Amino acid sequence: MSVDRTTVAKIAKLARIRVPEENLDGLAGELNNILGWIEQLSELDTDGVEPMTSVVAMIPPQREDTVTDGGRPEDVVRNAPESVGGYFVVPKVIE
Amino acid sequence: MPPLNEQTLSAARDGLAKGDFNAVELTQAHIAAVEAARPLNAFVTETPERALAMAVESDKRRSAGQAGMLEGIPLAIKDLFCTEGVLTTAGSHILDGFQPPYESTVTANLWNQGAVMLGKANMDEFAMGSSNMTSFYGAVENPWRRSGDNRPLVPGGSSGGSAAVVAARGALAATGTDTGGSIRQPASFCGIVGLKPTYGRCSRWGTVAFASSLDQPGPLTRTVRDAALMLRAMAGHDAKDSTSVDRPVPDYEAALTGDIRGLKVGIPKEYRVDGMAAEIDTLWQQGIDWLRQAGAEPVEISLPHTRYALPTYYIVAPAEASSNLARYDGVRFGLRVPGNTLDEMYEATRGEGFGAEVQRRVLIGTYVLSAGYYDAYYNKARQVRTLIANDFSKAFENVDVVLTPTTPSAAFAVGEKMDDPIAMYLNDVFTVPASLAGLPAISVPAGLSGDGLPLGLHLIGRAFDEETVLKAAGVLEEAAQFTAEPGFIAGRG
Amino acid sequence: MALIEGKTGQWEMVIGLEVHAQVTSESKLFSGASATFGGEPNANVSMVDAAMPGMLPVLNRRSVEQAVKTGLGLNAKINLTSVFERKNYFYADLPSGYQISQHLHPIVGEGTVVLDMADGTTREVGIERLHLEQDAGKSLHDQHPSKTYIDLNRSGITLMEIVSKPDLRTAEEVGVYLAKLRSIMRYLGTCDGNMEEGSMRCDVNLSVRKPGDPLGTRTETKNVNSIRFVKLAIEHEVHRQIAVIEEGGRIVQETRLFDSVKGTTRAMRSKEEAHDYRYFPDPDLLPLVLDQAWVDEVRQALPELPDAKKRRFVEKLGLSPYDAGVLVNDKETAAFYEAVIAGDKRDAKLVANWVTGDFFGALNRSGVALSEAPVDADKLGGLLDLVSDGTISGRIAKDVFEEMWENGKTAADIVEAKGLRQISDTGALEAMVDKVIAENPGQVEQIKAGNEKLLGWFVGQIMKATQGKANPGMVNQLLRKKLS
Repeated sequence: MSVDRTTVAKIAKLARIRVPEENLDGLAGELNNILGWIEQLSELDTDGVEPMTSVVAMIPPQREDTVTDGGRPEDVVRNAPESVGGYFVVPKVIE
Repeated sequence: MPPLNEQTLSAARDGLAKGDFNAVELTQAHIAAVEAARPLNAFVTETPERALAMAVESDKRRSAGQAGMLEGIPLAIKDLFCTEGVLTTAGSHILDGFQPPYESTVTANLWNQGAVMLGKANMDEFAMGSSNMTSFYGAVENPWRRSGDNRPLVPGGSSGGSAAVVAARGALAATGTDTGGSIRQPASFCGIVGLKPTYGRCSRWGTVAFASSLDQPGPLTRTVRDAALMLRAMAGHDAKDSTSVDRPVPDYEAALTGDIRGLKVGIPKEYRVDGMAAEIDTLWQQGIDWLRQAGAEPVEISLPHTRYALPTYYIVAPAEASSNLARYDGVRFGLRVPGNTLDEMYEATRGEGFGAEVQRRVLIGTYVLSAGYYDAYYNKARQVRTLIANDFSKAFENVDVVLTPTTPSAAFAVGEKMDDPIAMYLNDVFTVPASLAGLPAISVPAGLSGDGLPLGLHLIGRAFDEETVLKAAGVLEEAAQFTAEPGFIAGRG
Repeated sequence: MALIEGKTGQWEMVIGLEVHAQVTSESKLFSGASATFGGEPNANVSMVDAAMPGMLPVLNRRSVEQAVKTGLGLNAKINLTSVFERKNYFYADLPSGYQISQHLHPIVGEGTVVLDMADGTTREVGIERLHLEQDAGKSLHDQHPSKTYIDLNRSGITLMEIVSKPDLRTAEEVGVYLAKLRSIMRYLGTCDGNMEEGSMRCDVNLSVRKPGDPLGTRTETKNVNSIRFVKLAIEHEVHRQIAVIEEGGRIVQETRLFDSVKGTTRAMRSKEEAHDYRYFPDPDLLPLVLDQAWVDEVRQALPELPDAKKRRFVEKLGLSPYDAGVLVNDKETAAFYEAVIAGDKRDAKLVANWVTGDFFGALNRSGVALSEAPVDADKLGGLLDLVSDGTISGRIAKDVFEEMWENGKTAADIVEAKGLRQISDTGALEAMVDKVIAENPGQVEQIKAGNEKLLGWFVGQIMKATQGKANPGMVNQLLRKKLS
């Protein structure tokens, strides 16, 4: 498997990272190096091996259903680059 | 008495308890040391006023008979821990101006035990790096230099600022986080002790996430005893972290008995990797001898999947990171680069806000999770991770602790290895397996390289058996008598 | 099977529904912020819901229990191990850039819902799965010409996504299915089913085919928020698809939005650029493992659900399947009905006729909720007791009921105050009958000549003279005796 500039552009789009045109080839090269290197896992037979979901063996906690948080809207938007009347504000979204 | 900033944490604790000095004096000495250490660029943010205010409160508590375990101890905090009302950047441009309205559990635990915050330590951006060179806030300099060579060296990473400032006597200890070696590798490069606890031992709540299944906070200190003290204060169950384990926190300091007679020490044959410097091998052998002389029994063991650990790590960690970093989108905090549409705004913000290494890993992570590649990469890596964890489980049926070198080489120069990501990734070859298996591991300074740089030895323990790890580390420390000092020490002429 | 006539012949539509039901709970799925509807912008938001750096999810026990209850109510398989996964995509109202959902391993597997159709038949609809997931925040597009405002109050609220199999064939079935789901969840107390407030939302997957053909390409119409709109959206979409195909076009697999003003659907403008959700198990949460014994406890504690209740009403109380269906539809109605019959105290059929007849009629006319009706179960029971013991006639009872509805008084008080007690005194009635017979010799002659119909006229005269209070049965009997 190897990635070309089109694939890099597609992944970058999925990841919402602007990559200037002139960087696509360079990035494709770097990603191919890394992918080629991690490819060595394919030589290992993992048939029937359970994929690890958690490194800690424990019963997952469940909390009681009570309201213990919220009620601090000013803290929620305090760090926002743009907010109005307690709302976050972004460029217009068209559905 | 050595200057206050050159004491060990445990000595300072005892001095405070005896009334030889108070928290304000100790803190003032450290504020001066932090200032003196500025050439290292170890801090993103210094918080001298807060430190002093905390020290004043600390002295009050002590006189009221309410001293905590770390009462009055000045610390550096890796800038990955959210600190209420104090700029928290994760070493990234994208968190510009972010002042968390909350305090991470680990730092809150430290403040509850009386510790004092000197500032927020520089680090690789989002903890992605082994050199601290990916920080938006610039490289950190290692206080050590090669003998006869004045080129600046990297402190390692990602907890580079934490390691450098502790080595340079700018803080009694620091917090770090370790995902694949981010505490242990910089500790080794800077000649100090770095402990990665068992996954689940310290809460991750309020710590900016890199790779959630691997990230684990831990201490960087100048002695093993100091690491034991720090860990006891940092650790504990946290109901806000679903992966935090609910079991009592032992008195780690009490485990430092120095008695390792009969302890079985595993020596994994697969760690003799190609191209490992001879001096690393020699040091490793020396470590084996030290432990044997103290009554332990070295046993050769096999961890057959070791060589697959790094590629596994470089799938799992970027995959999780690609998702964890999706929240940095210019909407609720940090940097926003304007765009005409929402997507343009996202792309501009993330394109400008993330540095090259972070972008690389987010792209790799996005790719390995994407349709058609998930099984070949991500699921495969999860399976190999199971095999690697099983290797350790099997080994720990016969041994109590595993000894390896921490890194395949000593610190390298600023700018080296930057053009080859894989060469950089190889730094973590000895530290990553324990991360994947979630096991506790420590790096202890054990000797000097041929050109006068510190080298660490690495001990890996059973899950939640930090006590044995610390005990064996204490013996190594005692045997190594590592007294060498970096060329740069804060406050010395 | 309902087929649709097109230019090229008959078409069949195949519909599957994805229903997003907001779980009734105090707090959110993974945070302790309030799950209350409304509120000041971003007031019911924790740092977890706003996806602040370093924040971590902790699962709400109640959300899990509600999902399991609902699964049991849908006769579905409860999966003892389920896995929370991240569904990754960027959107303004999705702060973390991923939705925590269950993709490969949902908490509930296959089940069934029985539909009671208007014609008295029943139909089974398969449930594919039910899983837990987080709701998104809310985007307000109409506050500013070039900006969208984001409120995260809804962000992180627990949703159950209930996915049906593509078993639905008509808009009517879809309506009945949604009503049934809502009914079951209301009985269970797991979702209030309020579509207007958005606590139950529906995505419609629809395709058309010629009967017997393989499945066609489907479209997904999103977020239709009332049963009426769902039916409208289906009617529009099915005709659109048939027209496209019959004009030689192809159906594109796409997401469409329903426009409730125009009653049409349109493709979403946001490009369907290859959604690639990159699902993977959420490393912040361990796999959810349930204990079979606990699931059994939940099952034991379930209330009687509409199907079982209906069966009991038919089999034990002798109601018609139709009446039983009407009564069990709504949990409150069923409870009201059962309160009126009060075990075996009152005649189940009489009560059913009254509840579905006069009582519902009054309720609909006045537009009040059942819980606010001026005639409660006790009062209605009191009225029917007077009918059953002959104190008043059924005819008078209707008037008394109207008055009770007006002023909230009990039936006994009204009957007493107005002297509406039925006249059942044989002597008094006989005197009246004799009087009417004596005054109307002509009519008597006709009856004797065989015009039986005039008997009713005589009854009417007596009812008129007594303002309806005469016991009609006794009057009838007396008249027959005297005139035969």
